[in-house]
Amino acid sequence: MTVTQQAPAVEIDRVAVRFRAKKRDVLALENVSMDVRPGEFVSIVGPSGCGKSTLLKLVSGLLKPSAGAVRLLGGTVGGPRHDVGYVFQRAALLEWRTARKNILLQAEMRGMAQKEAAARADELIAMTGLTGFEDSLPHELSGGMQQRVALCRALLHRPPVLLMDEPFGALDALTREQMNVELHRIWHETETTVLLVTHSIAEAVYLGNRVVVMTPRPGTIAEVIDVALPRVRDYAATMSQPAFAAATSHIRDLLGAARHSD
Amino acid sequence: MVQTVDGIMRRESPSSRDRVVELADRSWRPLALLAACYAIWWAITKFEIVPRYLVPSPGTTLQVMADKAGYLGHHTLVTAYETVLGFAIAVVVGIAAAVLMVASAEVEKTLYPLLLFAQVVPKIAIAPLFVVWLGFGLTPRIVVAVLIAFFPVVISMVTGLKSVDPEMLQLASTMGASPAKTFAKIRFPASLPFLFSGLKVAVTLAVTGAVVGEFVGGNDGLGSVILQANGNIDTPMLFAGLLVMSFLGVVLFVAVEFAERLLLPWHASRRGDAVTVTY
Repeated sequence: MTVTQQAPAVEIDRVAVRFRAKKRDVLALENVSMDVRPGEFVSIVGPSGCGKSTLLKLVSGLLKPSAGAVRLLGGTVGGPRHDVGYVFQRAALLEWRTARKNILLQAEMRGMAQKEAAARADELIAMTGLTGFEDSLPHELSGGMQQRVALCRALLHRPPVLLMDEPFGALDALTREQMNVELHRIWHETETTVLLVTHSIAEAVYLGNRVVVMTPRPGTIAEVIDVALPRVRDYAATMSQPAFAAATSHIRDLLGAARHSD
Repeated sequence: MVQTVDGIMRRESPSSRDRVVELADRSWRPLALLAACYAIWWAITKFEIVPRYLVPSPGTTLQVMADKAGYLGHHTLVTAYETVLGFAIAVVVGIAAAVLMVASAEVEKTLYPLLLFAQVVPKIAIAPLFVVWLGFGLTPRIVVAVLIAFFPVVISMVTGLKSVDPEMLQLASTMGASPAKTFAKIRFPASLPFLFSGLKVAVTLAVTGAVVGEFVGGNDGLGSVILQANGNIDTPMLFAGLLVMSFLGVVLFVAVEFAERLLLPWHASRRGDAVTVTY
């Protein structure tokens, strides 16, 4: 693959994050280093509270590292970055706006040209299967539909890097699978670099080119696993691949070991 | 609810017949309670459990209301004017104060103790002072109405502005939104449900404020009607005044609720009663 020769889209360089909580310093992340290549899909798994979400906040500039540096698309991250798309576990939609208007919030905030933004929104609505629900209010939509709206909003400005913080954690298993397949397709179509934080090992392996496994607090990288599966994957076929089974069981072992050493 | 092919639940817009059923379902209980109160009142006077000169019969009271409709109407308009004006000023000033307090911690630290002090000073006790300062006209009453209605507006608006989903604000900062845009498109609309719950309290308090102002000075408005009737031991007129005053409060409250429905059709508490009807 040619992508390996390009400069990294995201560089995390010996980063540490310290919080002050109840007069006590808590080390959330310690000596975390990793590179993400442009167009790569990296999944991040780890026990609760290991600083996975903190990692995404660092990349987007919502949080400053206590030590080390984060570079995004070549530049050091010094404050909130506008060249990322962000999806949270909760859809975080504005209740008073229709699906379409929630998607267009991105454009309004950025002052994008209206015509272009509207066309892009239509394109994303079609791509995520929201057609027919453009004018529904968030409370009229199911959880999966709401998350699709959040995804469209995150993709509206064609961000080179998409950050997803347990985006499907609140969905039922079936909807989640469906969303995984769609996200895989959208990633493939948009060629965006994706960082996905998840609790689901299957999701991490199915979607990721690489899976970063983290240890409990203080969060460090236990291992980075290269997923030996083709770039474009069929869901059902992938599940039955030996490479898939090998990766998931290895990750499960790593997470189990991390739990026991706790 | 209607289930579409996609398995998504959507609400059906209610037909006019459904609306009538809904209205009847919602209003029969309070109407029954009102009727019961009326019956008890009627029985108390009918069997003279309490002497007639202390509690007039409902018939007499309604008769007075009909006979003195012009007189009561004039004074109701005066009180309504003071209340609405006082409420409107309280809303404008209250929202402005809340926005300033949320925008700057310094302003909040400075204003909050003052605000609390203004709230704990009994407005009824300082009302005479306003009459001394501002004369016997409408002004002191409007001032009392403003002072009494101001606090719930500020508190509810501050709460609303502060309760915005933090993830929504983080999202806004990754969108490169200016604070003004974030305020206009996220913070302000998100705070409106809180504001309206404060407004409903404030509007009823504004009536109290206006009436207290009238008690203290001047010779018009429902407050002075009641005071005069009290002086003359004219209990039918006293009861008539009280009824009209309560009615005024209810009308203003309903007006605020109506505005809420109109402005915030998406609001969750409104959504709730639409669901119960479909059972």
